[in-house]
Amino acid sequence: METILEMRNITKTFPGVKALNNVNLDVRKGEIHALVGENGAGKSTLMKVLSGVYPHGSYEGEIFYNGQEQHFRDIGDSEKQGIIIIHQELALVPLLSIAENIFLGNEPAKFGVIDWHVAENRTRELLAKVGLKEDPLTLITNLGVGKQQLVEIAKALSKEVELLILDEPTASLNEKDSDALLALLLEFKAHGISSILISHKLNEVGKVADRITVLRDGATIETLDKDEISEDRIVTSMVGRQLADRFPQREPNIGEVVFEVKDWVVHHHIHSDRTVINGINLNVRQGEVVGIAGLMGAGRTEFAMSVFGKAYGRKISGEVFIKGQKADVSTIGKAIDNGIAYVTEDRKTFGLNLIDHIKHNATIVNLGGVSHNGVLDDMAELKVANEYRRKTNIRSSSIYQKTGNLSGGNQQKVVLSKWLFANPDLLILDEPTRGIDVGAKYEIYTIINQLVSEGKSVLMISSEMPELLGVCDRIYVMNQGRLVGEMPASEASQEKIMRAIIRAEGKAS
Amino acid sequence: MTIETAATQGKKDFKTDGSALKGNYREYGLVLALILIMLFFQFTTNGVLFRPVNLTNLVLQNSYIIIMALGMLLVIVAGHIDLSVGSVSGFIGGLAAVMMVRWQIHYIPATILCLVMGGAIGAAQGYWVAYHKIPSFIVTLAGMLVFRGLALWLLGGQSVGPFPPQFQLLSSGFIPDFFAYPGFNITSMLVGIILVALMIYFSVRGRAKREKHGYEGEPFALFVAKNLIIAGIVLFLTYLLSSYKGLPNVLIVMSILIALFVFVTKRMTVGRRIYAMGGNEKAAKLSGIKTERLTFLTFVNMGVLAALAGLIFAARLNTATPKAGLGFELDVIAAVFIGGASAMGGVGQVMGAVIGAFIMGVMNNGMSIMGVNIDWQQVIKGLVLLAAVIFDVYNKNKA
Repeated sequence: METILEMRNITKTFPGVKALNNVNLDVRKGEIHALVGENGAGKSTLMKVLSGVYPHGSYEGEIFYNGQEQHFRDIGDSEKQGIIIIHQELALVPLLSIAENIFLGNEPAKFGVIDWHVAENRTRELLAKVGLKEDPLTLITNLGVGKQQLVEIAKALSKEVELLILDEPTASLNEKDSDALLALLLEFKAHGISSILISHKLNEVGKVADRITVLRDGATIETLDKDEISEDRIVTSMVGRQLADRFPQREPNIGEVVFEVKDWVVHHHIHSDRTVINGINLNVRQGEVVGIAGLMGAGRTEFAMSVFGKAYGRKISGEVFIKGQKADVSTIGKAIDNGIAYVTEDRKTFGLNLIDHIKHNATIVNLGGVSHNGVLDDMAELKVANEYRRKTNIRSSSIYQKTGNLSGGNQQKVVLSKWLFANPDLLILDEPTRGIDVGAKYEIYTIINQLVSEGKSVLMISSEMPELLGVCDRIYVMNQGRLVGEMPASEASQEKIMRAIIRAEGKAS
Repeated sequence: MTIETAATQGKKDFKTDGSALKGNYREYGLVLALILIMLFFQFTTNGVLFRPVNLTNLVLQNSYIIIMALGMLLVIVAGHIDLSVGSVSGFIGGLAAVMMVRWQIHYIPATILCLVMGGAIGAAQGYWVAYHKIPSFIVTLAGMLVFRGLALWLLGGQSVGPFPPQFQLLSSGFIPDFFAYPGFNITSMLVGIILVALMIYFSVRGRAKREKHGYEGEPFALFVAKNLIIAGIVLFLTYLLSSYKGLPNVLIVMSILIALFVFVTKRMTVGRRIYAMGGNEKAAKLSGIKTERLTFLTFVNMGVLAALAGLIFAARLNTATPKAGLGFELDVIAAVFIGGASAMGGVGQVMGAVIGAFIMGVMNNGMSIMGVNIDWQQVIKGLVLLAAVIFDVYNKNKA
């Protein structure tokens, strides 16, 4: 098969760090080539070199595309050649329509006057290609993340793409949308479009990729062919060691029910006549890890946030019992006082002050613990910050590193630290391992085990079913704002959970 | 899994504290800029700038801007802006004149009522910003118009004065001298010396405390040099002021307020919460911080300080005019941004804002002495503001 792209001996140095060290990557025409590696392995840097974000001359090595050496100076150069990159963080303007976004900067226009008729028609064609049934005039803000992802791809298609680069395209998609997206990649492949797929989700990679290149610490480790691909093999190659078990062992030591929610009903925060959570009853025991499975949009985050001091929703009704006593969780402050912590799924938007350093982030929930009469004790705060940095194994130059400059996994550990220092009895963890690498995931699981062994309880929301099965003692299944299943983890399986969801979907429709 | 690395990291913790200094480099740079600007004008005005009488004037002329800058810093750190402070200070000055001159109310209750009124105005604006999420730019733009109009109405378009002599002392008085040594205010000098002694004491104590806990501070030489330089500057300026009429009352008020706000922002939980809110309001809210109330309180605080500034300004002119405080908001906001605050919120230091205000003040003063026309003064001040912010952004991108 013909080679469309060859990157030879790419070395990229930042002040103090060698981000890429003699990396080689070749992509064949019409193949789906997966690029995997831990966070910080250099995947995104490599793609930035390829797309011209880091212009020619700022790195060493050669790029051959369609047999010719390329010197891309910016993204425009690489796009002209048909190399389109779709970033992890979507780059759509929320208050513009689908059509406006697709042709942003590339509008079909005569003398600066946009021909909206042409734009809409072409948008319709593109949307049909990616299988998105939406009106071209719909505003982006009214679309879910999955559909936004498809709009990004439609936008790429509008530019005559030959090589499509997708950086973690399914990180925020549910299983259904992810599958649809992967099917789309396969379809593109049939049309001769090559793709580079960066992903943490190894099962997806295994499904669609023709070959896999593994990066570790800025170097190419190996390129595997389809028949060599196995999850264990990839994981071993990624982390550079045998990961005997992806989930640390734990001896469950489960006590009485400490947290109970009864008849919980929540309405939509804008459309208050819409019921988002419809009569949920659940409980968590001391020392227990309870999972909530479900598809994206099942209402899991909404449920958790509404319990946590009505941080979400309107017209909330129902009761919360803590250790058998009725508890007032009507404000976030009261929820925290009642020993509840909510660790958000979106650490950048809801979890951290990204412009401040680790120390200030770590103590913000429990400033009372490092102050007397409202006056902060600097020494106490230093001690606490260092202690939690050590406990959660945050990799940073010091506690004075800005959280905005940390990798996803380390940011997650800072968010965990700030809630651990508040010393809650129940931690609600919302997608605690989203977008972080295999090694950091293991560390988060270890922290969870440590917590429950200290007699705390954990309620964990996750879209990764193997993770729920590997970490939890008991799993609830949620669908469309209702609990549609409950099972001990020992009896649960991915099939059982999916079956519960599908059965409920069937009833609902 | 990575227990070894955790342990080695642990050892490093004790050394890495020095990086906390990094954030201070900007403040050092700002002080250096102020000193350079002062030396420049000292040179170009043939030594007029540092004359005791001019230095005293410099303090008196800028006190109200600095006092408002303290409140504005909190508002801007919280992620908002207050455009109404000039109008509010003018309105309160007018209110004070009407109460003391027309209605003959004693100056103490009148002053207190004025401060309460300032707080109430801040509360009224803060209410809409905090609880109804109306952009502060719009709310305070409305307030700017409303209180300018009310000031005109209150004074009937005329100047009202003079104020009772005791009230004038707020602005034009000096601390009493118990020694009565001709030509030199010994009490003022003593106050300066005591102040420097206290400063060095706290600074040494803080360092000792850090060392006791095993954290390395800045290098010893830097520590000594920093303290000596600051002490030298304070003593030098006190000496100059003492050789005129002594320390102005308003300087004492201002200094106490500056110390209070430094303490609140650096050492108190409420200050920390304001920074956290400005940095990421959603995250702060989910951390249990009552963001609405905190925003509301920053505006109340701003209102009280604007009122105090209005009183000081009125006392200084010894008359309340409908135009008092016109354009003050721009000087105040400029001072805060020159001082390194971020328009996005979450970043900014009290001392930065104070030095920023002094930079603006020294430039006003120096250019006036040089005889630079008011039109070019505006141009130059505008360019300095822009340059300061560009410098900041450039530095941030480089880092």
